[in-house]
Amino acid sequence: MDAKALAEGIQAGRLDDDALKAGFSDLHPNLDGHEALVAADRCYFCHDAPCITACPTDIDIPLFIRQIATGTPEAAAKTILDQNILGGMCARVCPTETLCEEACVREAAEGKPVQIGRLQRYATDTLMAAGVHPFDRAEATGKTVAVVGAGPAGLACAHRLAMKGHDVVIYDARPKAGGLNEFGIAAYKSTDEFAAREVDWLLQIGGITVETGKAMGRDISLSDLRDRFDAVFLGIGLGGVNALGAPGEDKDGVLDAVDFIADLRQASDLAALPVGRDVVVIGGGMTAVDAAVQSKLLGALNVSIVYRRGQDRMNASVFEQELAASKGVRIITNASPVAVHGNGAVREIEFEYTDDQLQPTGQTFRLAADQVMKAIGQTLEGDDLPALEGRKIAVTGAGRTSVDGVWAGGDCASGGDDLTVTAVAEGRDAAEDIHSSLMG
Amino acid sequence: MADLTSNFIGIKSPNPFWLASAPPTDKEYNVRRAFEAGWGGVVWKTLGLDPHIVNVNGPRYGAIWGADRRLLGLNNIELITDRPLEVNLQEIKSVKRDYPDRAVIVSLMVPCEEDPWEFILKKVEDTGADGVELNFGCPHGMSERGMGSAVGQVPEYIEMVTRWAKAHTRMPVIVKLTPNITDIRKPAQAAKDGGADAVSLINTINSITSVNLDLFAPEPTIDGKGAHGGYCGPAVKPIALNMVAEIARSADLQGLPISGIGGVTTWRDAAEFMALGAGNVQVCTAAMTYGFKIVQEMISGLSQYMDEKGFTSVDEIVGRAVPNCSDWQHLNLNYIAKAKINEDLCIKCGRCYAACEDTSHQAIAMSDDRVFSVKDDECVACNLCVNVCPVENCITMEQLPVGAIDERTGKVVEADYANWTTHPNNPAAKAAE
Repeated sequence: MDAKALAEGIQAGRLDDDALKAGFSDLHPNLDGHEALVAADRCYFCHDAPCITACPTDIDIPLFIRQIATGTPEAAAKTILDQNILGGMCARVCPTETLCEEACVREAAEGKPVQIGRLQRYATDTLMAAGVHPFDRAEATGKTVAVVGAGPAGLACAHRLAMKGHDVVIYDARPKAGGLNEFGIAAYKSTDEFAAREVDWLLQIGGITVETGKAMGRDISLSDLRDRFDAVFLGIGLGGVNALGAPGEDKDGVLDAVDFIADLRQASDLAALPVGRDVVVIGGGMTAVDAAVQSKLLGALNVSIVYRRGQDRMNASVFEQELAASKGVRIITNASPVAVHGNGAVREIEFEYTDDQLQPTGQTFRLAADQVMKAIGQTLEGDDLPALEGRKIAVTGAGRTSVDGVWAGGDCASGGDDLTVTAVAEGRDAAEDIHSSLMG
Repeated sequence: MADLTSNFIGIKSPNPFWLASAPPTDKEYNVRRAFEAGWGGVVWKTLGLDPHIVNVNGPRYGAIWGADRRLLGLNNIELITDRPLEVNLQEIKSVKRDYPDRAVIVSLMVPCEEDPWEFILKKVEDTGADGVELNFGCPHGMSERGMGSAVGQVPEYIEMVTRWAKAHTRMPVIVKLTPNITDIRKPAQAAKDGGADAVSLINTINSITSVNLDLFAPEPTIDGKGAHGGYCGPAVKPIALNMVAEIARSADLQGLPISGIGGVTTWRDAAEFMALGAGNVQVCTAAMTYGFKIVQEMISGLSQYMDEKGFTSVDEIVGRAVPNCSDWQHLNLNYIAKAKINEDLCIKCGRCYAACEDTSHQAIAMSDDRVFSVKDDECVACNLCVNVCPVENCITMEQLPVGAIDERTGKVVEADYANWTTHPNNPAAKAAE
């Protein structure tokens, strides 16, 4: 171990290029043809298959696996994309172990489900590599729809609307389309610019204009969009980040995990990215794991995830927790931050143990920290929005909001898990509902 | 360890597992290794007259596969040995001399004239081989030249050639039959009438395994064309078992020894052939697929089975299932069973439901939480659910006891045996007396 690895503070270049390359390589590389056939052979082609029920987008999984098994992965991809236009990304980021693969009857039979996620990637990668976009637009309807947010919900909604013959403009506040696919997912889950390539592929349908750098409340407003378009879909995600509410939170070295993840995804040179020697990530979801694991892969010596409840309550799946553990991330549970210590920059963070009801126990401990990442949930930002339910936009049916002609889906809308695949389903279903309303 | 010693028509071998006449028995190098691996005997790959035949120089085999590319059926267009007669004869002599306890049978195929048969039989006799097998079975290539299955499809020729063979050798003569006929009993009868010591079956089945959809040609494809081949391997076992049983249960053919061939892959397959009347078995495709070593599983498996059953000789297995081979018309219509699904073993795939629902009987119910259960008032005990279930013994067929009510018919299960011959729906039924 060299001096760079041990250096205190937030430093770039803790690891050499080879180590960085290995760490940030594809988490689940695509199956080769032989592997895909062997994996596909294991599918029982169940009746009314439990995996379909478990999929938020209702992909006909037994059918697409049978299509792979019979040598037509392109047809398999079409089966997937019919239901989930972002099937390529979902194959990479879906927590399949809690969705389709958990429901697989071979999980019940042998504890080893069919590798549905990886087979889905095999099919969609095959089609995308061939440069094929297997969807055509219906005859133009003359209707226009504004989609706010170029994340999974917005993209799925826009694609379905374009397919139905409507003209769509997508607005996004960021400089690139893709939303969390582009900015919010660990780099090892979306290698080789996959998120951007998938957006380009999706836009091949035509009829979709993307305007980046356009934020709600700054460059566009809901009332303006309602005036200019026949319908509006809001897929704006959760732009805000929850605060720790602990004294010292404003010290240098305390940052939002989502910003760390976004910077990492957009970095052209990982060796130039600074990371602490002792990193503490606060939270218990996928964002916490993505931030913690990537800190470790960048060369942080000690990385801890600290979660206020028990491990069984963590939103990060068991697979993600195990991934973190395998990379050397320590997971501490039943502890809440009470103070951030340090003179200008963070040096330590103090926690108090809490019981399962989150009641403080009075017992505290401190962790050395030169970098603290907050991953304790995101919040909806903006005024001028339709009525809320709790802290999200209230929706009924297929994403209808309190405002006539305005739909919402994805993380910003009430109901459903905050997953890419759920966002896709909501965007798609809202598009169908918008289409019915416009053409009805 | 049970005694697996076999005595088939006077030919002794340490076990009843012989390698069939085929590429694995084409030369000394192979046969020596087969014997070292434990095979009880070999039938040397078919000898013919010089000049020796030639084979195609493109692919000889085609196949079909099950899950995970497990080879289920193999098709070949290979001909008899493509080496000079003298080379084979010398090698046979050398092997037999070194392995006196193993059975060495020589397969033969020459034109349908007495002289060539007399000529070659004398040559084989000089090798010290234990017997000959007349190849009346190969369905491809040689049959176009009036040999192989071209002989096996004409009972008169079988009888004639068998007679010549018996006249010109003191060795036991086995006649290998082709399955490419309508009634296997006819060629078997002809062999028996000609004086054969035994029949062996089945040889391969006429087949095209697949079609190349780019070339629009059968596989295996030679320069854009394909010819039918002979099909073998696990896929043909049911056909072979039936043909063996047909001969074994024929009153006219009673006592005709049978060497069982056709998809034997495991000890269990071998035991099944023997139970249906085969005195021993011959194996080819399994050895071609997995190598000679498989015989070790066959030996240990049959031995364990015999020990468990208390059998002290393989002969105790031979023919044991023949009395239970019946005809449909004699099956007991008062035997009533129902499918039963073991919920603890069920993995909820629903294949039984789909099969039953879409096939005919709609006798399986599926609840919202995917519990599958049999509707006794619809179940006809067809067994399809058992066959499609991926979990062994998850679905079983349970016999209804006498006196129980069959919910499907509303009738009480009767103790008496009653078959179609006396059924009221049978126009030809004899009235009850």
